[in-house]
Amino acid sequence: MKYITEFRSSELGEGLIAQIQHRSKTPARFMEFCGGHTVTIFRYGIRQVLPPTIEMVSGPGCPICVTANADLDKAIALAKVPEVIITTFGDMLKVPGSRSSLEKAKAEGAEVQTVYSTMDALNIAEANPDRSVVFLGIGFETTAPTIAASILQAEEKGIKNFYVLSLHKVCPPVIRALLDSGEVELQGLVCPGHVSAIIGSHPWEFIAKDYGIPCVISGFEPLDILQSVGMLVEQVEKGQSKVEIAYKRGVRPEGNQQALKLMEQVFEPSPARWRGMGEVADSGLKIKQKYQRFDAELAFDFDPGPTVEPAGCICGEILRGVKTPSDCELFGKTCTPENPVGPCMVSAEGSCSAYYLYGGGRGG
Amino acid sequence: MEDKILLAHGSGGKLSHDLVAKSFVKALANPLLDKLDDSAVFDLSGRLAFTTDSYVVSPIFFPGGDIGKLAVCGTVNDLAMSGAKPLYLSLSFIIEEGLALSELEKVVDSVQKAAGEAGVDIVTGDTKVVTRGSADKLFINTAGVGVIPEGVDISGSNASPGDKVILSGAIGDHGIAVISQREGLSFATKLGSDCAPLGGLVAEMLKASPNIHSLRDPTRGGLATSLNELAKQSKVSIRIEEEKIPVQEAVLAACEMLGFDPLYVANEGKMVAIVPPEDADKVLKAMRKNRYAKDAAIIGEVGAEHPGRVVMKTVLGAHRIVDMLVGDLLPRIC
Repeated sequence: MKYITEFRSSELGEGLIAQIQHRSKTPARFMEFCGGHTVTIFRYGIRQVLPPTIEMVSGPGCPICVTANADLDKAIALAKVPEVIITTFGDMLKVPGSRSSLEKAKAEGAEVQTVYSTMDALNIAEANPDRSVVFLGIGFETTAPTIAASILQAEEKGIKNFYVLSLHKVCPPVIRALLDSGEVELQGLVCPGHVSAIIGSHPWEFIAKDYGIPCVISGFEPLDILQSVGMLVEQVEKGQSKVEIAYKRGVRPEGNQQALKLMEQVFEPSPARWRGMGEVADSGLKIKQKYQRFDAELAFDFDPGPTVEPAGCICGEILRGVKTPSDCELFGKTCTPENPVGPCMVSAEGSCSAYYLYGGGRGG
Repeated sequence: MEDKILLAHGSGGKLSHDLVAKSFVKALANPLLDKLDDSAVFDLSGRLAFTTDSYVVSPIFFPGGDIGKLAVCGTVNDLAMSGAKPLYLSLSFIIEEGLALSELEKVVDSVQKAAGEAGVDIVTGDTKVVTRGSADKLFINTAGVGVIPEGVDISGSNASPGDKVILSGAIGDHGIAVISQREGLSFATKLGSDCAPLGGLVAEMLKASPNIHSLRDPTRGGLATSLNELAKQSKVSIRIEEEKIPVQEAVLAACEMLGFDPLYVANEGKMVAIVPPEDADKVLKAMRKNRYAKDAAIIGEVGAEHPGRVVMKTVLGAHRIVDMLVGDLLPRIC
């Protein structure tokens, strides 16, 4: 089986589109929570091929986009501590905080290294025993287990100069907050595939039960999205609300128990700040007391300074699904991928970046 | 102990002369180079094409090629994209002190093989050695001259509405092959770089039709960037179809893993040809007979509306804009 080309087949796509067009009678607004889904939707022009009854809105599922400026400022301030080497996934470099970015701090002399795995960050720590290596823990349930594993490995190997700035976030609580705000009315939710590969389908049940909103967990190829939208349409037309898994090749109802155990061992729930949504209870992951010595927040003395939000940027509203990038006065003018004002234009999974790159704002 | 390049190898003294004589001139021998004068002196007539490029790829050896092969193919291809028959190349090395002599000789050997295949002579060169840390192993610059056959007028500004867009084969092989060898990022793949000299292919295409409007080799920035350049230079739009663009499954898989779009990944042995519609089939047929363009395909056409814009019909039948590459996908892939 080919895992990519078969999920991009135009023939199967046509069949799914025809079926959705045939079945969809009731107007419905579906949110794709995940930034990865947003990218697929724009890259393949999925909004164009759906019937007028279906409206797709993008949600807050881009970990970089939802990181609050106050937290970005922490990372940038840490980078300026002389003995610190910051290790991070590449997407973070350009993200502007209140006054600077990691890229700018790097140009001014801070040491910032891009890694593709947390284990690379550990290797850097081992290779530089006289420096302090801080990994920027930004991500959802998808990345948190590997970062937990790196902390456990650092402990096992006795690596004393490795730290994590844990800005991790977990998804279900923020969806509850979003629905409770009453700002967006949804008739269906395309649930994140990779997050669900870790947490399973059970943590989404409350959305179907408490809010009566159909949920389908989707993969990331164009046919995955079409299939999930088709399943949401089916539920809407039948008046059902349940959690279904369309992404069966990646997700089991019980999730990945081993990964969950790792997370539980190292992290505990904490409040977290989300861009556009403020503080949401139990939506963050804090390093447990037992592993406190790896917590960069406690290990260093640094001053992130006062938080300033970029004037005119509506990333927050875009992340809540109440506005689109084309509503933003800065979009494509002062805010471009080369000169981003807000994080949604920087991150590969950001709505503004997807709109910009794939012509969402320029009509195709 | 293994022989290493020393600063003295670039000093112009005895070691320099030995290196040039033993390692370079012997391998690259031809009447113009063998004279060892300050300049290569030769006669040429007709319209000339002249180009230069520097090569800083890391690592210097990668599956399917190395910096030496790249330095010849890259410059040969730039000449070929003007419709020129590539003839003479210069070859300059900037070597980091400490490079193993055997590695340098391996690179020179690749230069010789690639030049042989491309039918070009290396007629002049230079060697500099810099202190450790001032360069990364080996940088190469090549410049080249070629002659454009009579009646051929190829330029990025010649594309006109109705023309067909032909791609010579699968995209993204070079970028992914190089990246797969990067420290901290290495992954197993059987993929090799597509690095190849395209002068012969272009000559065969021109034989099929001298009316080819534009040629471009989509190196850094990939197919998307080349098409955007052509659309802007010619003030036309280009519409392509996703389904018609060949991409190897291994490239697709690596792109998924790394978050890349194959349209932006570098190639070193591919080209885009913009051809009048009445000649497209002839040119395509000629291309498919060449070993470097067996999978050539018509992937789209040139339009008049929205000058400068590239639009792609996706596999789902929707349309989206294909923009230029923003920023750097990954540095130093060529």
